Amino acid sequence: MIINHPLLGPRDAAEFVYLGDASLIDRPDWEDPDAAEKYYEYLYLRDNPAGLHRELWFHEQGDRSWLVVTRNTLTHEITNVELARDVAKAQGRSR
Amino acid sequence: MRYSALKILKEGLTGNRGWKPVWREPEPRAEYDVVIVGAGGHGLATAHYLSKEFGVTNVAVLEKGWIGSGNVGRNTTIIRSNYMLPGNEPFYEFSLQLWEGLEQDLNYNAMVSQRGILNLYHSDPQRDAFARRGNAMRLAGADAVLLDQAGVREMCPFLDFDNARFPIKGGLWQPRGGTVRHDAVAWGYARAADSRGVDIIQNCEVTGFDIENGVCRGVETSRGRIRAKKVAVCVAGSSGRLMEKAGIRLPIESHVLQAFISEGLKPVIPGVVTFGAGHFYVNQSDKGGLVFGGDPDGYNSYAQRGGLPVVEDVCEGGMAIMPMIGRARLLRMWGGIMDMSMDGSPFIDRTPVDGLYFNGGWCYGGFKATPASGFCYAHLIAKDEPHPTAAAYRLDRFRHGAMIDEKGVGAQPNLH
Ligand SMILES: Cc1cc2nc3c(=O)[nH]c(=O)nc-3n(C[C@H](O)[C@H](O)[C@H](O)COP(=O)(O)OP(=O)(O)OC[C@H]3O[C@@H](n4cnc5c(N)ncnc54)[C@H](O)[C@@H]3O)c2cc1C
Repeated sequence: MIINHPLLGPRDAAEFVYLGDASLIDRPDWEDPDAAEKYYEYLYLRDNPAGLHRELWFHEQGDRSWLVVTRNTLTHEITNVELARDVAKAQGRSR
Repeated sequence: MRYSALKILKEGLTGNRGWKPVWREPEPRAEYDVVIVGAGGHGLATAHYLSKEFGVTNVAVLEKGWIGSGNVGRNTTIIRSNYMLPGNEPFYEFSLQLWEGLEQDLNYNAMVSQRGILNLYHSDPQRDAFARRGNAMRLAGADAVLLDQAGVREMCPFLDFDNARFPIKGGLWQPRGGTVRHDAVAWGYARAADSRGVDIIQNCEVTGFDIENGVCRGVETSRGRIRAKKVAVCVAGSSGRLMEKAGIRLPIESHVLQAFISEGLKPVIPGVVTFGAGHFYVNQSDKGGLVFGGDPDGYNSYAQRGGLPVVEDVCEGGMAIMPMIGRARLLRMWGGIMDMSMDGSPFIDRTPVDGLYFNGGWCYGGFKATPASGFCYAHLIAKDEPHPTAAAYRLDRFRHGAMIDEKGVGAQPNLH
C-alpha cells in the first residue's frame, strides 16, 4: 500500500506503524462522572467496519507524524490522508 | 454410513458405486431450537457436541458460503496447548485431549498427527521465560520438555545454530502438539452432526436478527426468516460486522493473516518449528509442502489477501533459522480474516440480548481450539452456564480488568 503523506508525498506503508481506529483521538475526559465506562468503551470497543475506515498511522521511519488515513477495509484502497494534528484541531482540541 | 477398512475394500471391488454424499442439502425449516450462524470449524463442532453430548438435535447451521470457505480451510493446521495463563491453559489442554479422541468420536480420518511442536529460544532470558511457560503447562496436565542446544540439534540438525544475530540455544518441546488436516475437521464434524439430524444449510447468509424487547427470536437470512429459541453466532473474522446488526460493539478488530506453501519436498521437517526472535513458523504437510507463516499484516482488513512487506518479513524469518528453505519454490499464498481481540484471547459467552450467544475473538489461534470451543459453546447454549474450562472467556472482561493477555502487550490487537 502507498500512503500519500500530506507533507512528503507518496510513501510505502511499510514505513508506518498502525495504531487503529481514528476515534482513539477522542480521549474521554478523566473528570467526567462516567469516566470509567467511557474509558472502557474508548480503549476496548471498536466499530470494525467492512468498508470505509478512518485510522491512525504513525510515520515511524519518516517524519514521525501521525496521520488519519481513510481506507477501504474491503479493497485496501486509500481515499484520503490528513495530518492527525489538523483533524484533532478541527474537532476543537488545542493540539 | 460407517467408514471402515472393510468398507473401503468392498467399495474398491465393486467400482466405488456405494459411497453416498457425506451430508444432506436440506431446505431451511421455519423454526429450530438452536440456529448456529457460521459453518466454520467452531460452528460445526458446536452442532456436533450439541447433538451428541447435550441431546439438542433440532439445530441448523447457517453458512453464507460453503463449508470450509472461512478460516477453517485457510489455517496452517497447527494444534498445541502451550499457553501459560490460568484462563487459557486448561481450555487448550481440554482441546488437545478432544483432538486425541476425535477420529474415533467422528468415525472420520482427520489426519490428527502428534508430530510435536518446538518453540526455539535464542537467549538466556528467553530460556527462563520458556521454562516458566513449560511449568505452567505441566501444572495444567499438559506435556512440555525444555531442550538445550544439543537436544534441538538432534531433532533438527538443519537449523542455523550459530546465526550471528539470533543463535539457537534450545527450545520448548511439546511432543503432543502437531497438525491436523483442516478441511477434514470441517467435513468430519459436518458429517457427524448431519447424521444426528442437524441441518447444515450452505449459501444462506444471515443478514439481521429478529430482536423484540431485548430477546432474540430468530434471524433474517438471504433465504428468508428463520425463527429460533437460541441463536449462536460464531463467524470468526466477520464477528464485528454481524454483531453490529444486533447493536453490539465488540472488543474485536478484523485483521488479515497470510500463509504460504512451497512445492512438495522429501520429508525434512520433523514437526512444527517456530522462530523465537522473529515471527516465522513452519511444518511439512503429508504431501511434502512446507506450510509456513508469520505475523499478520497489522491493519484492519476484510480483504482475505495481504501485502508484500509481510511476505518479505516471513521469508527473512525462515532464512534466519533454516537457510535451506531458500532453495524451495513458493507454490501458493493466501490470506484469512481473523477476529483479533483486545487481549489476544477469545470469547464464549451470552450477550446483553437474551437468546443471543457469541463465540469469537480467536485471533490466529482458533484452529487448535476447534473441539473445545465447540464443546464449551454447546455446554453454554444447552445449560446456560459456562463450561469450567471456558469460564474466563467473558465478553465484558475488559470492563472489570480481567483480561487474559498472554503476551502482556495491552489493548493493541495487531501486537497479539
Ligand atoms: C492464515 C491463517 C493461519 C492460521 N493458522 C492457525 C494455526 O496454525 N493454528 C491455529 O490454531 N489457528 C490458526 N488460524 C486461526 C484459525 O484458522 C481460526 O481462528 C479458526 O478457524 C476460526 O474459527 P472457524 O473455523 O469457526 O472460522 P471460519 O472457518 O472462518 O468460520 C466462520 C464462518 O462463518 C461464515 N459467515 C460469516 N458471516 C456470515 C453470515 N453473515 N451468515 C452466515 N455465515 C457467515 C463464514 O463464511 C465462515 O465459513 C489461522 C488463521 C489464518 C487466517
